[in-house]
Amino acid sequence: MDEEYDVIVLGTGLKECILSGLLSVDGLKVLHMDRNDYYGGESTSLNLNQLWKRFRGDDKPPAQLGASRDYNIDMNPKFIMANGNLVRVLIHTDVTKYLSFKAVDGSFVFNKGKVHKVPSNDMEALKSPLMGLFEKRRARKFFIFVQNYIENDPKTHEGMDLTRVTTKELIAKYGLDYNTIDFIGHALALHREDNYLSEPALDTVKRMKLYAESLARFQGGSPYIYPLYGLGELPQAFARLSAVYGGTYMLNKPECKVEFDEGGKVVGVTSEGETAKCKKVVCDPSYLPGKVRKVGRVARAIAIMSHPIPSTDDSHSVQIILPQKQLNRNSDMYLFCCSYTHNVAPKGKFIAFVSTEAETDQPAIELKPGIDLLGPVDEIFFDIYDRYEPVNEPSLDNCFISTSYDATTHFESTVDDVLNMYTLITGKVIDLSVDLSAASAAEE
Amino acid sequence: MARNANKSLQAKLVLLGDMGAGKTSLVLRFVKGQFSEYQESTIGAAFFTQVLSLNEATVKFDIWDTAGQERYHSLAPMYYRGAAAAIVVYDITSMDSFVRAKKWVREVQRQANSSLTMLLVANKADLEDERKVSNEEGEEYAKENGLSFLETSAKTAQNVNELFYEIGKRLAKAKSSHETGMRLHSRAGQDRGGLFCCA
Repeated sequence: MDEEYDVIVLGTGLKECILSGLLSVDGLKVLHMDRNDYYGGESTSLNLNQLWKRFRGDDKPPAQLGASRDYNIDMNPKFIMANGNLVRVLIHTDVTKYLSFKAVDGSFVFNKGKVHKVPSNDMEALKSPLMGLFEKRRARKFFIFVQNYIENDPKTHEGMDLTRVTTKELIAKYGLDYNTIDFIGHALALHREDNYLSEPALDTVKRMKLYAESLARFQGGSPYIYPLYGLGELPQAFARLSAVYGGTYMLNKPECKVEFDEGGKVVGVTSEGETAKCKKVVCDPSYLPGKVRKVGRVARAIAIMSHPIPSTDDSHSVQIILPQKQLNRNSDMYLFCCSYTHNVAPKGKFIAFVSTEAETDQPAIELKPGIDLLGPVDEIFFDIYDRYEPVNEPSLDNCFISTSYDATTHFESTVDDVLNMYTLITGKVIDLSVDLSAASAAEE
Repeated sequence: MARNANKSLQAKLVLLGDMGAGKTSLVLRFVKGQFSEYQESTIGAAFFTQVLSLNEATVKFDIWDTAGQERYHSLAPMYYRGAAAAIVVYDITSMDSFVRAKKWVREVQRQANSSLTMLLVANKADLEDERKVSNEEGEEYAKENGLSFLETSAKTAQNVNELFYEIGKRLAKAKSSHETGMRLHSRAGQDRGGLFCCA
């Protein structure tokens, strides 16, 4: 340990592992440590014994749930947009060769008390029971406009400057009603709050296109993919990338105390009496609690079930978004379900997650609208965790702290944070314009 | 016995063993036919593919090297995930590496799936003068644990091809327990109809 490193990374969550990998590939000398004896930190996947230890103390999981090692239960459940930034990072770094993916079966939205498939193109919109007949025609026109819209081709803009026109004005032009706007904004554009309505429409149109293009990569279903054996594979794959390019890995390192000089600049990290010197530290909020502030809390439920979520066409992996207004809440609620078909549970078992930005201290009550959609469960666990964001000035202390994972069910905000951190650390911008149209997925 | 000459299978093969036992050298000898006296600790490449044509089947190996993550006992579970075969390597000139190889064998038994084919390999057989671990010791331990055993030399290529052919033959015989996932690739020209296709 008594060497000098360019960067010491603390914590092996997904964000830290992607950064570790990118920095090692850049030729920097990286030491990567974690206080836990496993990879993944808050983005790990637990087996059944680990899950019980975390939520039920000394109790042992019941035998009828099957073998502990057949479970990979995400602590931070999210799906991957097939055309999104994480896929670009995976391809850019060639980490894809360590991973196998499967498409996610379905994407649904909660509307007026019922679960509906999310229509994502003009044809699906015509079939959807979400809208009445006339509304469908209006929505179809809007979808066609979005599908044809090309940012640098004014001929497709129908005379509107989407950097000025607000989403509300754009939608008004097509005469869409409140319910339609709600599912477009939250289930297609994946906005978490309603302020998108008063912002320039370009962002929403781009998000809708991302959804539609991601969806187009599969034979229907959803715009999402998900790795076999759970999301815990992702940090491990990026850690391997880092190791392949010379990164040094040490798990199970207690304390990991960040050391500073008189000027407040980082000089190294101490663990077990040894100090490794470094120029920069990259870490998750738990390693520098004095340099972060609490920005919110996520309430979540984790359920083990023996059936798919009802009303989702027997989908063995699915996302359901419950927009805030449908529940009279201030933040959306997300349902996420995956199963043995993604090798995260033994045959016949399903893992469902319900999560939202917490607005109360009682997750069981707060999450009820989502849990009611699950049907009977074998086991259920409730949890609230705090979200943090950094408040330090990295140019002064050379500490680069990631923001806690939010409640969203996809990785777009996660990758944005990573890319921003990478630029802060290196002064460089990653060109992720990989030719996704040339990307393909091969059968193994 | 039904025989299918066109049977082809893809198999993940992982290498385990102490630093300096010769894991990377064995793979480079097999994949590239090369040997370097001063092979650097694994940097830059730790994933190789090699196709082996046997009478029984065509076997495409995905060979995983440890990338140095074994150094501080920080090998990720994904390393073992879905592995069809594991090669545990020790250096015949180092009793330490043999003791550690036994630990790796137990680790594989704990982490990997039960149908995995495991081989114990005593490498650096060309260094007979410096031998610290006898052939009998290695063979006996392998026998007790139901492993195949080979003495190899990545330097002289002794038994290296034999090692991989042996694994290929065993895998061709075994019932394939194949994952049904897809890999994402950035190479162009692989489109078959849709942009993505799922197995």
